[in-house]
Formats: sequence, structure tokens, C-alpha cells
Amino acid sequence: MSLAAHVVVRRGSLALDVALDVADGEVLAVLGPNGAGKSTLLRVLAGLLAPDGGQVVVDGDQTWDSADRHVPAHRRALGMVFQDHLLFPHLSVTENVAFGLRTRGVRRPAARAAAGQWLDRVGLAGLGDRRPGELSGGQAQRAALARALVGDPRVLLLDEPLSALDARTRLTVRAELHRHLAHYAGSAVLVTHDPVDAMALADRVVVVEEGRVVQAGTPADVARRPRTDYVARLVGLVLLPGTGAGQQVALDGGGVVAVAEEAAGEVFVAVRPESVALYLERPAGSPRNVWPLQLVSATPHGSVVRCDLAGEVPLTADVTATAFAELGLAPGAAVWASVKASEVAVYAR
Amino acid sequence: MRRRDAGVPAPLLVPALLGVAFLVLPLVGLVVRAPWGDLGPQLTRPGVGEALRLSLVSATLATVVSLLLGVPLAWVLARSRIRGRSLLRALVTVPLVLPPVVGGVALFLVLGRQGLVGRWLYETTGLSLPFTTAAVVVAETFVAMPFLVISVEGALRAADARFEDAAATLGADRWTTFRRVTLPLVAPGVAAGAVLCWARALGEFGATITFAGNFPGTTQTMPLAVYLALQRDPDAAIVLSLVLLAVSLATLLLLRGRWLGRGAGQGGVA
Repeated sequence: MSLAAHVVVRRGSLALDVALDVADGEVLAVLGPNGAGKSTLLRVLAGLLAPDGGQVVVDGDQTWDSADRHVPAHRRALGMVFQDHLLFPHLSVTENVAFGLRTRGVRRPAARAAAGQWLDRVGLAGLGDRRPGELSGGQAQRAALARALVGDPRVLLLDEPLSALDARTRLTVRAELHRHLAHYAGSAVLVTHDPVDAMALADRVVVVEEGRVVQAGTPADVARRPRTDYVARLVGLVLLPGTGAGQQVALDGGGVVAVAEEAAGEVFVAVRPESVALYLERPAGSPRNVWPLQLVSATPHGSVVRCDLAGEVPLTADVTATAFAELGLAPGAAVWASVKASEVAVYAR
Repeated sequence: MRRRDAGVPAPLLVPALLGVAFLVLPLVGLVVRAPWGDLGPQLTRPGVGEALRLSLVSATLATVVSLLLGVPLAWVLARSRIRGRSLLRALVTVPLVLPPVVGGVALFLVLGRQGLVGRWLYETTGLSLPFTTAAVVVAETFVAMPFLVISVEGALRAADARFEDAAATLGADRWTTFRRVTLPLVAPGVAAGAVLCWARALGEFGATITFAGNFPGTTQTMPLAVYLALQRDPDAAIVLSLVLLAVSLATLLLLRGRWLGRGAGQGGVA
């Protein structure tokens, strides 16, 4: 079981052109900001929307979409989990889970038995007679997962499956989802704008921005070496494009950053905000990366204060609340920022 | 509402009270003027039961026909992407604003024995529609079905179409989706539309008298009987009107949960 797709859709301002391959048992996360075309991509894979070009092929020989073929959603062996579960409110939980089996011709007793087994597996044993409205958000999303998986689909599509849940529920449901995805033999595509979901659940990540794939790789690789500002911000890095020469990188926006490794050609420099130190005076001991900058804004961010800095090298610094108080900084204040060369990541563009 | 009465400015309060009086007083008059002592004999007079039965049966049949044709029509208006949909909607709602008498004339011209369809019907089957009970049902359906269509279309538009997407990903074709997901979801809207349609059919006068005539036992429904009785025996007219008023109030009670209980226009799911 595998999924190979190249999806082209033109809809108003959206020009979507994305190719992806998902192997057996693999979970691919499609990560991107709102309006990037992620949901449109998923709707095409589901058969709810006919693409303007490209193809969708399952298992190497089953063509779901091509120039002269469009298999409608109800004839595709797939399961889909929606952001706000979309359990049918007029049916019981068991009937909801059994729905996909009934439409595919399974007799009622067998369908209900299979639904009951799946409700056990997702931890909803004994809740089958309830209406969806009587479930909590986490329970409803578990039921929705059971409903999507009960027919043993070749392709599982997950559209922001955790984003409607509150923070604590999200944590537990994410862990359970991870367990079920690990046992799932088909190809799974997870659409999300939350990097934590992508990192925790996916084997591979593709980042989609404005309808295009801007980066693809393992979650760890994407987190360590972001290639766009969007991804860098998501994973909490400052991304600076430049040109490497020896152990120095001349930034495209001006300024020079010293790095620990040899760099050549067009590169990205990535700086973690917590590795940036702030001083009121130029620090002694002459570290190589020191810049006079201006504080633009400071916002509390957990136990630290996130300081956005402008100047020759625009940076973000995370300093502890105590340190921030000691510096006595106000927006607009001049400040010295330093980063150790060994703390700067550099990789080819 | 009572709690906030003190806050209603006079320019709004006075017309509002006048409006209430205008709507309620005629009904009060009807109740006051009713020959209560004579009610039993009046109700059991020959023709009254017949007219009431004919009214109930024809209004119910008209509602059934409206459901069979109107719900699919509402679905087409709300869900399909066929061209000329707004024109179609405008055409469907014409009977809402058309004077019913004109509707009756139009039906006569098309379905009468010399009409476009009626002539063909008569020549091939020997059936003639006007002045039969079937004509009553046709006239009532013509006038009342738009109420059902508008109501169901509104319910369909308000219903979350993503449930239908979910059904499709679960292997349901559009017909199965309609039966097992869409229809149950909009059932309250269909019920409200059916009640509205039935009430409109029950009160139908103009199209019925024009297209079906006024024959006791076959086409004389309650409203026609009321009108006729008023000219000969006002007391009988009042009694018949009381019966229709009672039926209307019962209809209102059926709708109450939907319109009065949750505020007008909310259309909440019961």
C-alpha cells in the first residue's frame, strides 16, 4: 500500500502544485500556514475535489485521479479524520463507526460488532450507545479515528485532527494517535499547522507554503535546518541567508557572522534565541559575534522574555525574566547582542 | 419581555400595542360572537363534517405531494451546481406572491379540458381534472409547495455540508448520503416546512374555487364553506371559522418549539 500523488489545483488566488509519495505504513505530515493549500490538497486526495492536473495513484496501479479519470470519494478505500470530528449527530457512536461498513455492504450485526471492537481499541468501550453530543472533545476525536480506520482503508487522511482540542486533551489524544498510526499498515497523510503534531506523529514532513513544497525531510532534519522563515519561526530559530567563505558568512541583509564550521557558497545561518546573550555595554573578551542592536519589542514567553532586535543582524533573543529585569530595557533601547560561533548552525541553501 | 416593558419608548410601544390589537381583536370577536349554546347542532349539521374531512384529506394529500416533489427540489436549489439556479428559485417562489385566483386561472388554462396538458390527458385517458377532488389537491399543492421548498432549502443551507463530505469518505454515494445523513439532519426544517405547507393548503381559497369549483362533498373545502355560509347563515359561518381557528392554533402549537420557543428566525434544531 502506497500513495503517489501530484496535485495541481488553481482556485482564485491559490495555485497549488504539490507532489508527494507516502510508502506503506508511513506517516507524512503536510505542514504549512493557513491558506497554504493544505486542506485543498487533502480534499483532492479524498476525492472531494477534482484536481486541475496531476494524478493520484494508490498501490502503484490504482489510479484515483488522472487527466481522464476521477474516482469519486465514496469509491476510494480511504478513511478521513476531520478537525472537528464531524460525527453524525443523529446517530449513536456505534452507528457512526459502523457507517462506513454499512455503506460498503457489511450486514448490520457484523458492522456493529466490528465497530464495537474499534471502540474498545480507542478506549471508548461502553460509550457506543451515546450520541456524539454526549462525548467530550477527546472522546469524539477518538470515535472519529475509529470511524475512519474501521474499514481498513489503504489511505488515511487526517485534517488538523488535534487542533480543536484543548491543550491537555491534545497531549493524550496525540499520544494515542501516535500508537494507532504505528500499527496502521496503509499510507497516512497528516495535515497540520502545528509543528509539534508533525514532529510527534510523522515519519516525514513536507512544508507547503503558497501552494508549493518549500522543504521536505525527516522531522528532525526540518527542525534542525529550516529553509524558510515560516519553518524557522515554527521551530523557534532565527534564519539568516548569506554567503559562506571560510569560517565566516556574509549575510544577504548585511553584516557578517562567524561560524565554527567551514562554509562555502550560498548558506543559511540558524540561531537559537536562547543562545543570544544581551549586554548593556560591549562585552569584554572580544567574542567574534557581537552586534550593536536595538530592542524592538519584548514579550513574556513561558519562563523567558522574548526580545525582538533590529539592526545590522536582526535577531531574536530569549533571556530569563531576571536577566531582563536587571538589564532594565525598554523598547527602543540600544543593546549589545553576542552569539558564540559554536552555537550557530550553518548549512547549504 | 415584560421585565423590559418600562424601557420601551412610546413611539414604539403605542404602534406595537395597536398592531397587537389589530391582529388579536378580530379573533376575539370571533370567539365572543360564537353561538356557544348552539355549537353542538351547528357542528353536526350535514355538510360541515364533509367539508372538514375534505379539507383535512386534501391538505394532507397536498402536503404529501409537496414533500415528494418539494424536498428534492429544495435539495437541487441548495446543493447542486446546475446553471440557472437563481432563475429556478425565482420561478419556484412565484406562487408565493401570485394572487391565488390567478394561480387557479393558470392551472385551468393548462390542466382544463381545453388546456395544454389537460386536452392531451382527456384525449388519451378520458380523465378531466377540473372540478374534482384531485383538482383541489392540485390547487392546494400549487399554492402551498413553495412554503415547503423555501423552508427546506433554508434548512439545507444552514446544515453543515461537511457532514456530507464525511459520509462520502465513508463510502456513501450521494443518494445514500441524502437518505442517511442529509435528510435526518434537516428533519426539523422539513417538519416545519410541512406544517407550514399543510396550514397554507388548509386555508386555500382562491385557486381552489377557480380551478376546482365549489361542489359540496367533492370540492367544497372549509374556507369555501365558510364563505358560502356567511351569505346565508352567519352563525354557521362563525362556527366553521372557529373550527379553522382551532386547527390553526394547533398548527402554531406544533411549530412553537421551533419558532416561538427559541426566538424568530433562529431555526434552531429541536
